[in-house]
Amino acid sequence: MSALLPAGPQAAHVAALWDVMLVVTGIVFVAIVAATIVAVARARRGAADAPSDAAGATAGEQRSHRIIWAAVLASTVLLAGLVVASAVTDRALASLPTDGALRITLTAHQWWWEATYEDGGVHDRFTTANELHIPVGRPVLFTLAASDVIHSLWVPELSGKKDLIPGRVAPHAWRADRAGTYRGVCAEFCGYQHAHMALLVIAEAPDAYAAWAERQRQPAAEPADDAAKRGRDVFLTSTCAMCHAVDGTTAQAQRAPNLTHVASRRTIAAGTLANSPANRAAWIADPQAIKPGANMPPHALRPEDARALFAYVDTLQ
Amino acid sequence: MSVATTAVTPPSAHEPERGHAGARIVNALATVDHKRIGLRFIVTAFAFALAGGVLSGLVRHQLAAPQSTFLGPDAYDQIFSMHGTTMMFLFAVPVMQGMALYLVPLMVGTRNIAFPRMAAYAYWMYLAGGIFVYAGLLLNIGPDVGWFSYVPLAGPQYGVGKRSDFWAQLITFTEVSSLLIAISVITTAFKLRAPGMSLDRIPLFVWAMLVTSFMIVFAMPAVMLASTELLLDRLVGTHFFNPSEGGDPLLWQHLFWFFGHPEVYLIFMPALGMMSPIIATFSRRPVVGYPAMVLSLIATAFLSFALWVHHMFATAIPELGKTFFTAASMMIAIPSAVQIFCWIATLWTGRVRLTTPLLFVLGFFVILTLGGMTGIMVASVPLDLQVHDTYFVVAHLHYVLIGGAVFPLLGAVYFWFPKITGRLLSERLGRWHFALLFVGINVTFFPMHQLGLDGMPRRIYTYAAETGWGPLNFVASVGDMITDVAMLLFAVNVVRSLWRGAVAGPNPWDAATLEWAVASPPPSPNFDEPPIVGGREPLWDAGGIAGRVRGLAHEPPEALVTTVVDALPDHRYALPQPTLWPLVSALATTALFVGSVFTPWAVVWGAVPVGAAMTRWFWPRRWEYRQRIAVERSP
Repeated sequence: MSALLPAGPQAAHVAALWDVMLVVTGIVFVAIVAATIVAVARARRGAADAPSDAAGATAGEQRSHRIIWAAVLASTVLLAGLVVASAVTDRALASLPTDGALRITLTAHQWWWEATYEDGGVHDRFTTANELHIPVGRPVLFTLAASDVIHSLWVPELSGKKDLIPGRVAPHAWRADRAGTYRGVCAEFCGYQHAHMALLVIAEAPDAYAAWAERQRQPAAEPADDAAKRGRDVFLTSTCAMCHAVDGTTAQAQRAPNLTHVASRRTIAAGTLANSPANRAAWIADPQAIKPGANMPPHALRPEDARALFAYVDTLQ
Repeated sequence: MSVATTAVTPPSAHEPERGHAGARIVNALATVDHKRIGLRFIVTAFAFALAGGVLSGLVRHQLAAPQSTFLGPDAYDQIFSMHGTTMMFLFAVPVMQGMALYLVPLMVGTRNIAFPRMAAYAYWMYLAGGIFVYAGLLLNIGPDVGWFSYVPLAGPQYGVGKRSDFWAQLITFTEVSSLLIAISVITTAFKLRAPGMSLDRIPLFVWAMLVTSFMIVFAMPAVMLASTELLLDRLVGTHFFNPSEGGDPLLWQHLFWFFGHPEVYLIFMPALGMMSPIIATFSRRPVVGYPAMVLSLIATAFLSFALWVHHMFATAIPELGKTFFTAASMMIAIPSAVQIFCWIATLWTGRVRLTTPLLFVLGFFVILTLGGMTGIMVASVPLDLQVHDTYFVVAHLHYVLIGGAVFPLLGAVYFWFPKITGRLLSERLGRWHFALLFVGINVTFFPMHQLGLDGMPRRIYTYAAETGWGPLNFVASVGDMITDVAMLLFAVNVVRSLWRGAVAGPNPWDAATLEWAVASPPPSPNFDEPPIVGGREPLWDAGGIAGRVRGLAHEPPEALVTTVVDALPDHRYALPQPTLWPLVSALATTALFVGSVFTPWAVVWGAVPVGAAMTRWFWPRRWEYRQRIAVERSP
């Protein structure tokens, strides 16, 4: 992660501004420190008992004043220049073309991200969590919202932050010009698990994105083997279904991440763990050991139910 | 003295050493001497700074390695919240106000602060607030949503338990205290100056504290309003910040930062005021450009109220408005630059003595300037959106506050310690303290700039090894330990010098302002015969002390009230006498404040003892009148 290795125009504009600022402020900093050092080094050493110079010091005062005025003037000009540079960058950020943008409604929760892709018609909509796939070269237009407290979306390689504030919606746009996986985080302190609220952004070629989106639109596959079938029943009859949705089943709750394709994601628990069967099993058994304070309770299932449930979740590709 | 003392015996506390232990304790609790109250503020503030420093040590220990299990999120959130809250509300502001309480009356040549009983009350409120919130932390009710306590996280729905209430009520305690001290300082600087100390002769430290106090008067009500609204939301079910009932979380941010940004400057400006006398004394000449220095302070104060939105650039407020705040945030660098240039010119044209106080001041030039440069960066909307709420901002704010306030403050401690205690601090230990602190601070905070740019958000209790943030965090934690060693040396130096320091005499540095005209430590009341000022540098200028004020009574002590602009003598004013009622009133107010965390009825019933105590406090005393009449003489 780095804000200075931009993968899209928004972050690139800011990185360019950073270079300007770093050079200007760096020069000014060195100048002020150098002036201080020279002032102390060249100043006449005063003996402890030397009388103070209250009256005599005013002799060179005029020259001092002229130099101070010149330095103040120079600072003012530099600062005004930086204000202009900042405003120009602001303009560039605001003028990102968003024609044909991919529209995503992104809602932040304690402590995960819910993404609804609004691309195409009503029947093309789908909801996923904690992992965005976006096509390279196509702008993305977000509608940002929060369901509980204030969060902030930040993917350093792609763009600066935007707060998600309950009761308000905020627009936000970016574009990825370079394929890659970028880790986003929540940047506004949002409670216990603020540290574990990552959002993976996978920028890929348009056809790869289209294939992914098409898969996401499908309901969950009917489980094939008995263990998975039993696991689905466990899912639908235990506490899982009270919070989670799996499209194509009767589980339609909206309190927690949509799990229709959970096994195809790269991480679970908002970027906390790599998405492996073992990690999934550990997470389902005791989320509080991994992410203390998270809103998912531990599950005391009978061992054979637990095994069946894990098998079912593994099928949610 | 030409005024006869009288036979009426007041409950004197001017010489608290007299009498047996019980009387000494009563005297100590009843004192209205600005020096004792000011020193209490300073010592208490340093004690809280130590507590805040221990908390930051725990934070750095937790973050030194990825996936640390030293602290869980619950403990970590309380610890980082209390670190920020302590340093901002219980250390930085009170310590500066304590310095003002101690020094301003001495510097303007008067016998006590204006409204000294109110100052005593303010100290007790501050102490009670600090004890209250630390008791909360020890009982696991410590604030856990950061020092700016954003709603709705701090609101009734998500901030469960009493943690946010403790935070909000601490704000009430400290702001009451700050406001009262500000009023005392303003009145002292305007009305109790020695005759002849016209506006253009006020020492720069007093100017800084005067301007700071005005800022407090205008900034603090905003946060008191906000914290009261938060308490109401939490306690009686109002909906100031609840969006589903027409409230707005952004209202909190506006109110908080309308206070919060001036807050930074009202920590920074007293430090600017401390820089000037130190630089002048050790350059052996007055500071270049006195009018420019004063006007810069005033300009900074005004501009600091026009910046608050730069904490909110990531919210969905109109873009055009944000640009205004970018411009204002950058322009506030100009008055600061003016002062820095004037100081450099002072050093350049002076005869420098490189003592420990001056070393700390020179540390300011490096650390504060670096923080100022990153401040210019975060003032820019686009750049701020990348670094906002990351470790870059953590680095920036620590550079500004440590470079801009702590270094000058430590310089000031070395500078005024001999005045306060009568003994000099060790120069040798002082140099080590400075060197280690300078290294420690930079090793701790410089790597955080990089961490922020690398994507590390602030306030996370742990991070994964794959983020690559481990090594720089480890370096920062090592820097924190160096800082600890430096501050330990400081503590050793203070304790040792209290007993074994070289005896200072009234003016060990040959400084120019009036506090150096009295013995060290200063007697009570400060001046037997207050001076008449004949120049801007009274102890340097020929005729700087043009004469003495005669005719002020000693028992009870009187002060001379002078006019605001020219400091012409106006009338005599009998200074308030020691009394226990400020303490009693503070205890009653504390009961009201603490109780109202738990029930709104505490406001109703708690007001009764507060009202009773304050009525007794302000009730006219017959013997005081007799005393005052007794010292009157017909012309």
